[in-house]
Amino acid sequence: MRFILRRLGFFLLTLWAAVTLNFFLPRLMPGNPALAMLGKFRGPVNPSALKALEVAFGVKTHQSLISQYFSYLGNISTGKFGTSLYFYPESVGRVILDAIPWTLGLVGVTTILAFVLGTGVGIVAAWRRGGVMDSILPPTFVITSAIPYFWIGLMLILIFSEKLGWFPSSNGYDVTAIPSFTGPFIENVLWHAVLPAAALLITTIGTWVLTMRNTMVTTLAEDYIRMARAKGLPSRRIMLDYAARNAILPNLTGFAMSLGFVVGGAILVEYVFNYPGVGFMLLQAVNNEDYPLMQALFLLITVAVLVAILMADIATAVFDPRTRARG
Amino acid sequence: MAMMPVSTEVGPSTPPVIAAPGPRGGARPALSRILRAVRSNRKATVGTVLLVIFILLALFPGVIAHDNPSAEIYGRSLGPSGTHLLGTTALGQDIFAQAVWGTRQVLIIAIGVGLLSTAIATVIGVAAAYLGGWADGLLNLLTDVLLVIPLFPLLIVIATYVQNAGTVVLVVVLTLTGWSYTARQLRAQALSLRNRDFLEAARVRGERSFYIIMVEIIPTMTSLLVASFLTNALYAVLFGSSLQFIGLGDPNSVSWGTMLYWAENNEALQTGQYLWTIVPGVLILLLGASFALINYAFDEIGNPALRPVRRQRVKRAR
Repeated sequence: MRFILRRLGFFLLTLWAAVTLNFFLPRLMPGNPALAMLGKFRGPVNPSALKALEVAFGVKTHQSLISQYFSYLGNISTGKFGTSLYFYPESVGRVILDAIPWTLGLVGVTTILAFVLGTGVGIVAAWRRGGVMDSILPPTFVITSAIPYFWIGLMLILIFSEKLGWFPSSNGYDVTAIPSFTGPFIENVLWHAVLPAAALLITTIGTWVLTMRNTMVTTLAEDYIRMARAKGLPSRRIMLDYAARNAILPNLTGFAMSLGFVVGGAILVEYVFNYPGVGFMLLQAVNNEDYPLMQALFLLITVAVLVAILMADIATAVFDPRTRARG
Repeated sequence: MAMMPVSTEVGPSTPPVIAAPGPRGGARPALSRILRAVRSNRKATVGTVLLVIFILLALFPGVIAHDNPSAEIYGRSLGPSGTHLLGTTALGQDIFAQAVWGTRQVLIIAIGVGLLSTAIATVIGVAAAYLGGWADGLLNLLTDVLLVIPLFPLLIVIATYVQNAGTVVLVVVLTLTGWSYTARQLRAQALSLRNRDFLEAARVRGERSFYIIMVEIIPTMTSLLVASFLTNALYAVLFGSSLQFIGLGDPNSVSWGTMLYWAENNEALQTGQYLWTIVPGVLILLLGASFALINYAFDEIGNPALRPVRRQRVKRAR
């Protein structure tokens, strides 16, 4: 219990740190870049929205920094993120809600796939030590870990979209299609998701394989594995129930954490494919100096990660008695 | 370079010597040991050779690329030819010259971030572990908070406010956001050392904390420090290029990320100028791979369980 309370305290503290960073970063920069942004939007934005922006970015110089900070904290805690400037007059919240399902669908499914496939491959690679898979895969994945995500996306576009014309290279669905829950539309969405999903899969699967393989190699040297062999258990059973089951813990914790990175994890892939998710939205906000939207997205991404870490902590505390003893 | 022949001469005679030097063994056996390890591990060999090539390119780009990388004076969107080995961009720049001259900024960022964040991580991680108590709690909290805030979004937000980040700004931003992971590892290592006898002896001798940290603790962590440098350098290459690609770097700088930015802005893939996108990406990949390979090889050298199994080597020998 104490362990979980401590983690909860850490969660709140980090959240506060992220909000505070959001508040102070624009103020720390020389010349407060937000001022220039606000000047541009003074015409089209209505006065009450402008007022909220002025509080958020410290334009009202007659207010002290402390009182600005507290009214900002108040706005954030009541969910007042303001109005998006680029998608004016839509609220920041509305814009984000529209983007979230796309990211959850694309990155969520890909993350689960990468975990399942990667862990499986890692188990087999470690089990057949020195086999073809074991000697080819680790170096390959060491190299794929050095490829920028976005460049894989670009190469996939070049080969499968420009050269072969098999898959579309941008957007979440055809511009002409009308969003609905019908067969053809869903098919269209899946069609558009193939290349971004492939780009994500290629770049993320390596970590799972390497972590699983390396832990599994260590586990295979344990005495209880030798004991199981001596008992004459079928090797399938030793591989899965004895070795893999004990070796999978680090990967499971990593998986819980990576679920948190789903929300913000594919920023560049979404950008390259113009995929209408959270990451694409973030870069849209950046390129159009829509700072309220950018701040809100940064907070959202951070909160998602923090919640996932908290869940992972609680899960470890429940499943692994050693953690509880230490806490 | 001048050191090389000396250390190879020492090479064959090192095995008996290894046992002799204590914790402060001479530089020559250590160097030759590293060289021998690099030569015996294929991953390390490939990684090191790649890295040396890139360093040479960064130091003397003019030797193989005579064109001015920024000049927009050539025919536009030309294919590869004798005068333009990799063709030209839609803006009339020579792609080969840009690729070669671009090495310098990427390497400066990689090495700068690698060194600086390793230094910060060492100071914070080791100080936390050695001092203990509330100082440890505070430094540890700082590390943990930075560790869980998602890096790339944070980088984007900072770079957006800075606008047109040049080399120095990129190094500073990447360092400030990137040191926490290694600080964590170094703290764990230092913690495991805290109650060893040789540290106790130093304390009894009445040495100051600073001396103990610098002379007794840090030298025992050399391999971790190398790993930390390589990890952070790889991180800097990937994230620095990514920031430049989305247009948050200085658009006038000569570097691979900026090349990709201009290629994307001019729809290089849609207009058939594939090399403009392929070349900088392959270079990022190769540089990143060289850091990753050396790091992985060091891991194998340090942790024998991960080495390729011996069975294989015996087969090859026959």
